Amino acid sequence: MTDTVLEIRNVTRSFGPVRALRGINFDLKRGEIHAIAGENGAGKSTLMNIIDGILQPDSGKILIDGRPVRISSPAHAQKLGIGFVHQEIALCPDVSVAENIFMAATNQSHALLMDAAKLKANARDVLSQLSDIDPSLLVRDLSISNQQLVEIAKALTLDCRILILDEPTAALTEREAQILFGIMRSLAARGIAIIYISHRMVEIFENCDRVTVFRDGELIRTDKVSETTAENVVNAMVGRKIESLYPPKLATAPGQAILEVEGLSSSRFQNIFFVLRAGEVLGVAGLIGAGRSEVMRGICRLEGNAKGRVKLNGRELKLRDYADAIAEGIVYLSEDRKGDGLFLDLPIDANISALNLAHVSNGAGLIDRGTESRLAESLGQKLNIKAASMRHTVSTLSGGNQQKVALARLLAVKPKVIFLDEPTRGVDVGAKSEIHKILRDLASEGVGILVISSELPELIGLCDRVLVMAEGQMTGELSADQLSEQAIMQMASNTGWKKRSA
Amino acid sequence: MSIQVTSPVSRAFKARETGLIVIIATIFVVMSFASEYFMTAENLLSMVKSFSVEAIVVIGMTILLISGGIDLSVGSVTALAMVIAGSLFLAGLDPWLSSLIAIMACSGIGAVMGLMVTGIGLHHFIVSLGVMVIARGLCMLGTGGRPLGLFTLPLEFKWIGTGSIGPIPVVIVIFVVFVLVFDFLLRQTTAFRKVVYTGSNQKAAAYSGVRTQKVIFLTTMLTSTLCGIAGVIYMARFGSAQPTFGIGMELNVIAAAVIGGASLSGGSGTILGAILGSLLLAVVSSSLTLLNVSVYWQDIIRGSILLTAVTFDHLLMKRRG
Repeated sequence: MTDTVLEIRNVTRSFGPVRALRGINFDLKRGEIHAIAGENGAGKSTLMNIIDGILQPDSGKILIDGRPVRISSPAHAQKLGIGFVHQEIALCPDVSVAENIFMAATNQSHALLMDAAKLKANARDVLSQLSDIDPSLLVRDLSISNQQLVEIAKALTLDCRILILDEPTAALTEREAQILFGIMRSLAARGIAIIYISHRMVEIFENCDRVTVFRDGELIRTDKVSETTAENVVNAMVGRKIESLYPPKLATAPGQAILEVEGLSSSRFQNIFFVLRAGEVLGVAGLIGAGRSEVMRGICRLEGNAKGRVKLNGRELKLRDYADAIAEGIVYLSEDRKGDGLFLDLPIDANISALNLAHVSNGAGLIDRGTESRLAESLGQKLNIKAASMRHTVSTLSGGNQQKVALARLLAVKPKVIFLDEPTRGVDVGAKSEIHKILRDLASEGVGILVISSELPELIGLCDRVLVMAEGQMTGELSADQLSEQAIMQMASNTGWKKRSA
Repeated sequence: MSIQVTSPVSRAFKARETGLIVIIATIFVVMSFASEYFMTAENLLSMVKSFSVEAIVVIGMTILLISGGIDLSVGSVTALAMVIAGSLFLAGLDPWLSSLIAIMACSGIGAVMGLMVTGIGLHHFIVSLGVMVIARGLCMLGTGGRPLGLFTLPLEFKWIGTGSIGPIPVVIVIFVVFVLVFDFLLRQTTAFRKVVYTGSNQKAAAYSGVRTQKVIFLTTMLTSTLCGIAGVIYMARFGSAQPTFGIGMELNVIAAAVIGGASLSGGSGTILGAILGSLLLAVVSSSLTLLNVSVYWQDIIRGSILLTAVTFDHLLMKRRG
């Protein structure tokens, strides 16, 4: 009757007091590639999780082919023809590529035995459209970008009519991304409707038919790509002019060098040189897997065995492990707040004192609870951590406040250099700009601030200078007036081009 | 922004120690009516004595569980301490020196286990399972499977196990001192705070500059050392070294720690809670004996208490989380 495959009517969803989605009306047409853009916390993932049956809406309707449905689980969504490629890779690392690709099919099959040969042949068929990955390899032996391709292949095997891709190109090189876009277009030509989540304007405008923007749980607008501009989309995403979102940048030239890194190499990166100066916020851009985090963790001695020279205020450092780095005032904010950044089940104050137990204890190693809670109170006040009591466990806080606790932990040691890995990931817009302001203030106080971010607008808005990495190498440096998404992306996918075409 | 405010009632409900005290007190009240022997000083003392030495091992296990580890070898390492100290004494060594060597040997065993876990990267469960069997084998090898009678042990050494200070048996004094010291250490010192960090989230601890491998190594060694101390006290108490002593002790010890709030996934647990867990098991077992319940039923009931405790825990966690 119509060519609308999926229709969302007035869907609402709250998490506790937070209204993640308010009255969303959305439709998806047969054979279209529909981009969804929005900042973290805008409600994109919540809506996708509802479509995939992971979450249930509080109210509202979902219609597939005009019929109302209640999607109870991802398995049910699959039956309805919905395929979802998550941003996080969810493969079984110890199992072959072929078995991973057909995991869902195997799960649904009633056959008693696995037919390995057939599985492999089928996998080769599916993969042949994408890449030349050997289906008998174990997934753990693949690179991140190849794992991402396996995820996509997995979704392709389900005979789906609606395919959701959540930032699939984040881990891909430019060339692999182009291949993926080719596949998306051919799928769309076969009548499959594709929801494409991305914040890269170039990708949206080159490959998609329509674009819908989310902000703060609301659907702001849906436009045909041919009838709008990247600027309109970005403005709709942030809801105000992008400049006003970020604190003012450094007006004068930066001060003296705080941290100098010379010829740092390890198995994950080669020959890294850079200087971090007083007063500036230095950004590091690059695709996932480019080695950004590895360099920072290498400098801190958190992992790997990096060789090369690191100087702090002109003095060469000899660090054995991260405890030494902390003692020197070099600290690292993990990108994975829940996985390795915080002790979720411990109280806020015990989290904040973790890096600097010496400060909250006497000479004999006895912890002074009073000092510990005063430290937490003062940093909590400085960073505006919203908690009823510093004795509550961290798990009771919102994402933004958790991140502030993670930051407070670092500030407790009065650091000289802070590496921040994705400091605003999963943080709501308000807390995000608070964190940006905190970082800017710290920089003005003379603390060396280095920010890794995959969000290009954040790097452009926040940083005075941005280093770009690709495949373990430093591929460029951009000053404030050279910063643009295109310039960064070009450098970030640079070696990928050279290597593949060589 | 969303902050869960816990009411005082639910917080008290959650406090494991309060719950255990209430349950133990209830059993006391019921038993004082059910059996006239229960509330006699003699019965109460023998009850506390029955678990006071094992409680030293419970302390070690609790700390190890908090750090995220586990040790199945505690029973056989305790027995091995007895056998080593007993053999050395029979060979003519001073009993105190023999005991010290036995305790150090246990520390050595703990160090080896710690190295296998941290250096090679093996799992605590497997390493301690292997050591459990080896240590038991060594006990049998050293004694030919027969208990060593240590009839010539000097009285002042036996005093540790059988003597009393005023009306209070020495073993209970030792037990109370160990509990107070380790409870204080765990709550108040930076060293043990690092144990909590490591068990709560090992990666996050490493990302806080905690040398987590060192922490795990030391807690593993501490547990075995405490087993050594317990073994020596047992020897003084029994006046013999029994190679088959402590079979199944690991299960009792782990059960006590877990009933007391320790979690196998690390990060939680208290000394006081674990001791109350021990006390609960001892009280139940003493009550059942007085009520003439078959020992086989006692095992079934003890197992059920453990499962009830962890189920309760899990449901509370789910409601919170």
